[in-house]
Amino acid sequence: MSVVVTSALTKRFGPVTALDSLDVDVRPGVTGLVGANGAGKSTLIKILLGLLPATSGRAEVLGLDVASSGEQIRRAVGYMPEHDCLPPDVTATEFVVHMARMSGLPTSAARERTADTLRHVGLYEERYRPVGGYSTGMKQRVKLAQALVHDPRLVFLDEPTNGLDPAGREDMLGLVRRIGTDFGISVLVTSHLLGELERICDHVVVVDGGRLLRATSTAAATTASQVLTVEVTDRADELVRMLRGAGLTVRSGGNGHGPGNGHGPGNGPTASGDAPPADGNGAADGDPHGLRTPAGTLTARVPDGRFEVEVTDDAAHDVVRDAVTHLGVGLIRMQRRRHHLAEIFQDGAHADPR
Amino acid sequence: MQTPADRDTTPVPNGGAAGVIHDIGYQRYDGSRLGRGYLLRTLFLDTLRGCYGFGRSAKSKIMPLVLFGFGCLPAIIIAVILNAFGGEELPMTYPEYLWTLSMLVSIYVAGQAPQAVSRDLRFRATSLYFSRPLRRGDYVVAKFAAMTAAVLIFTGVPMLILYLGTLLAKLPFWEQTGDVLVGLVGALLTALVLGGISLVIAAITPRRGFGVAAIITVLLVANSVAGVVFGVAQETGRETLSAYAWVLSPTGLVDGVLVGLFDLPAVNGVSPPGTTGCLVYLSVTVLLVSACAGLLLGRYRKVSVS
Repeated sequence: MSVVVTSALTKRFGPVTALDSLDVDVRPGVTGLVGANGAGKSTLIKILLGLLPATSGRAEVLGLDVASSGEQIRRAVGYMPEHDCLPPDVTATEFVVHMARMSGLPTSAARERTADTLRHVGLYEERYRPVGGYSTGMKQRVKLAQALVHDPRLVFLDEPTNGLDPAGREDMLGLVRRIGTDFGISVLVTSHLLGELERICDHVVVVDGGRLLRATSTAAATTASQVLTVEVTDRADELVRMLRGAGLTVRSGGNGHGPGNGHGPGNGPTASGDAPPADGNGAADGDPHGLRTPAGTLTARVPDGRFEVEVTDDAAHDVVRDAVTHLGVGLIRMQRRRHHLAEIFQDGAHADPR
Repeated sequence: MQTPADRDTTPVPNGGAAGVIHDIGYQRYDGSRLGRGYLLRTLFLDTLRGCYGFGRSAKSKIMPLVLFGFGCLPAIIIAVILNAFGGEELPMTYPEYLWTLSMLVSIYVAGQAPQAVSRDLRFRATSLYFSRPLRRGDYVVAKFAAMTAAVLIFTGVPMLILYLGTLLAKLPFWEQTGDVLVGLVGALLTALVLGGISLVIAAITPRRGFGVAAIITVLLVANSVAGVVFGVAQETGRETLSAYAWVLSPTGLVDGVLVGLFDLPAVNGVSPPGTTGCLVYLSVTVLLVSACAGLLLGRYRKVSVS
């Protein structure tokens, strides 16, 4: 059963269209809602909470209509806003107990669950201090705790990683993932960074300008999206030829969507045909597969000595390493990255008109 | 659903070795979830506690409790003197005591009304309330009731201290009981009027400092305007105008209602003329309180959640 369904959901603020006939179907699990600022993410959440009437269209949360059953929906979901929402002069414990009671939990249950929830989000002794003295990371945890304390069936997390440093971001993402997997609570989490969501989400919904750009399972979106950025000091052309010869798909640098995008027709079969077994030995005996293969007919200019290699399995790293060693050039970087949001937007934009 | 008996038979990890904390993972909650009345009561009680600084930092307890102490001190002294040296009656009536408290009460509401409502607006905790099952109207009702109760405690407790003093001093029981009830009616009306005015002002300004200053100013200005009008009317011999001048001040308004309803001597000199005067004072009070409630409801209908 879907936790959130919208059909032709439209919201206009005067002349501004925030949501434009949006059809979304969110399944149980962790779902990422991705979009640039102003794409309509927060508006969607407010409509789903029954706090903002839609101009037209329908939306259901947990099988309840948002227009008529707002109060019931708000009883069963949790909401973590994007902005600050904590009074500074109360302790985390006092505040979360109060919010648990405001969700209808009797006082004793509210206290018990507050202690549990604060422990789960990683607040220990600090919880007896006033919130005003907390770091941003700790405040985000309190905000998350108040959204979870009444054990909702679904939580809306609006930009939970906002304002966090990289370590705090990692912690928060891990926590969001655990809410979905260990706690068994469905999560709808928004972000403008696809990269961080695709690691923790089962599904990703991309909205732009109030319209649905793409809804995929994360697995489908990311299998082909792993890319290795390689930068060398010299002789990049030769290196690219050598890697292509070894059956890898290489795009010359800068323009990520050049003509070399995707699996070239000539290279793919070679890679899946005999490269993997050869790589297994090749890495060990220091004689990369690519060396004996004559350089292909493809000759590409490689500006800046930088290019990208599509990664299908870990063996690709070995191939690149060995080829670089063989040529004796300096390797400036070899960095794994995933698709940027922009690329998904481009792909979506290409697919959309059709 | 598990019955409590079922739960007892399942092994509880932390029941065994003493002092060992087991991480038993996330626990679902399948206990009761209480309804609308409970939410109203919770918000009312927690706001009322907050009006005296409980559940907040130690610093925020100082002002309300010191003011409350100052309000009670004269009553304690009167009660002690009455019992130590004896006496036939209280040196001041209950409504007179209420009148002398008016300055302290004004300072108290100016400090506490912004913490009751501006705080939620400023730090945007309203979005957490309104994304819960609580209705917006109920939020206003709970806050208004809590503020009223806080002011009622502020003015009512000193009167009860006086009353206790008269009982210990063996003053006529029924006479004193009647008098204190009149005083408490006055305290309740004061609480409704001051609570309403201060909450409306506080709900407009998210900034606490502005709220405090604005409430103090409005209450003081209202009192002095009423005083000036009264004085001028007395000087120029306009009896009717002077009788109605105190409508302009919250404290005078409540006193006028008490004078009219219970046929007391007016604290400030001139009583409102007869039944008409009583009705005027009463209806102004009712209108003022309902206008405040209406404005608050309107204000919170527009508060956005983001």
